[in-house]
Amino acid sequence: MPLLELKDVHARYGPIRALHGVSLTVDEGEVVSLLGANGAGKTTTLRSISSMTRTTGEITFDGRRIARRSPEFAARRGIAHVPEGRGLFPELTVWENLRMGAVAPGRGKAFDQEAKRVAGYFPWIDRRRDQPAATLSGGEQQMLALGRALISHPRLLMLDEPSLGLAPTVVRELFATVRKLNEEDGLTVLVVEQNATIALDIAARAYVLEVGKVAVEGTSDELRRHEGVRKSYLGY
Amino acid sequence: MAIPARPALPALDVSPALRTLILGLGGLVGSIALLLLIGLVLTQTEETFTWSGYWQQVVSGLAQGAIFASLALALVLIYRATDILNFAQGEMATFTTYVAWSLMNHMSYWPAFALALVFAFIFGAAIERTIIRPVEHRPEIVVVIVTIGLLIALNGLVAWIWNPEVKAFDSPFPNRTTEIGGVVVAIQDLGVLAVTLVTVVVLWAFFRFTTLGLVMRAVANSQDASRLLGVRVGWMLALGWGLAAVLGAIAGMMAAPSVFLDPNMMLIILIYSFAAAVLGGIDSPVGAIVGGLVLGVLINLLGTYVDFIGGELRLPAALVVLLIVLLIRPQGLFGHKVVRRV
Repeated sequence: MPLLELKDVHARYGPIRALHGVSLTVDEGEVVSLLGANGAGKTTTLRSISSMTRTTGEITFDGRRIARRSPEFAARRGIAHVPEGRGLFPELTVWENLRMGAVAPGRGKAFDQEAKRVAGYFPWIDRRRDQPAATLSGGEQQMLALGRALISHPRLLMLDEPSLGLAPTVVRELFATVRKLNEEDGLTVLVVEQNATIALDIAARAYVLEVGKVAVEGTSDELRRHEGVRKSYLGY
Repeated sequence: MAIPARPALPALDVSPALRTLILGLGGLVGSIALLLLIGLVLTQTEETFTWSGYWQQVVSGLAQGAIFASLALALVLIYRATDILNFAQGEMATFTTYVAWSLMNHMSYWPAFALALVFAFIFGAAIERTIIRPVEHRPEIVVVIVTIGLLIALNGLVAWIWNPEVKAFDSPFPNRTTEIGGVVVAIQDLGVLAVTLVTVVVLWAFFRFTTLGLVMRAVANSQDASRLLGVRVGWMLALGWGLAAVLGAIAGMMAAPSVFLDPNMMLIILIYSFAAAVLGGIDSPVGAIVGGLVLGVLINLLGTYVDFIGGELRLPAALVVLLIVLLIRPQGLFGHKVVRRV
């Protein structure tokens, strides 16, 4: 049984339909990418999983139905969603942002220990704990958002365009960390990414969304060989 | 994401806590210097001026200002959490003060005070859950009208339950004066200042040091991000309304001994408090407190020393000062200029 399963999910923002029946699965311990152009429905798919948009269709997580509940419900079930724009609290300090990863009941009980683990991935966090998050660079903000998501030991990590607006070296470092987390801790990841090269690099499998539907799916190797994907998203 | 720009300060390359301390002390010294300067000017212009009389007016202005500050803080608390200007904040305080008055017929002052605060908390939280929640995501004008409706409803309810006659309200402080360094001050004024100080410190410690306080600050920063971390935002907002109602109740019970208990007792105080909150920068708790104190002292000095202003023109005079400050500094004294990154 997959950890996460979407069956024929439709979503709309007011009168505008954003998803037209998306079905996908993510298995435990897997890294899965969602590719697609702007407006294809990648972000909406993640938002549907977190009940941040109105949906129809079925979404199950760990065998339980989670569709049309609430973002806090999904979070408490073990889904860590790092949204577009990173979802940090700009006026709170680095350390306070990190602590917010552990406030939901039953999650992240041993904060000090977890914080130490996260600071192991991003050593600068500990040195700059009292700085307001708004004063961090884009890359640091993304790392802090990732670190905060890890505090609660999520069962599924969802990243929305983590590379957006970041320098290539920062992107490489970020994805290397995600890969390490997957390989060493078996972290399950669903990542939305416009940069198909990076996305296929890190994921074992991927889905390509086009106008609110899954157009192509397969392993990363299959997609790299797929002519349409190569031409439209990889550019060769 | 709207990121508030950091205020442009001289590059103080020290820890944030130390910087706050330096700025705070600087502000305090600056205020005292300014008050001395105003006093010096008055020695030249006023024939009957005495320094002890002057400081007496300053202290009584601070006590009045403390009441504005409490209510302004309540307004800021709710504004930061929900972007709502709660026009009913004053009437909520009036209602609770009447409840306290009823309680005081059965018990002594401080137990009644404490019970009234508990009532205020539940009352505020209940109003959020039942009346504000349904319109929370509607356009601002709808929410404003709902809070104005609540103002009128509570005003009528108070008159209906307790009858509109003016009532005397006990003060916990003796109705005497004492002398500090040659200045005669009312113990009542000192008591009001002390209660406000304790309230502000407790509130600050709650937000600064408790996990619940942290979560409430996070919700004020971003509701969506909080929900994605598993926070039940709705309950946090109700909690915020409860705390704001407690602040309002303190303001009401501190004001009642001098303005007496009547259904409209908080109307003027609410206007001053709005002015104080805007003066400080509507999103700044420190600003609300400083704004309240400044306004309190200012209207007292204006009313005492500027002949044509007297008692009646205090409110317009205060609003003129507010207007001037906002023309020079639109975000208020301590407010953030909101810069939107596109």
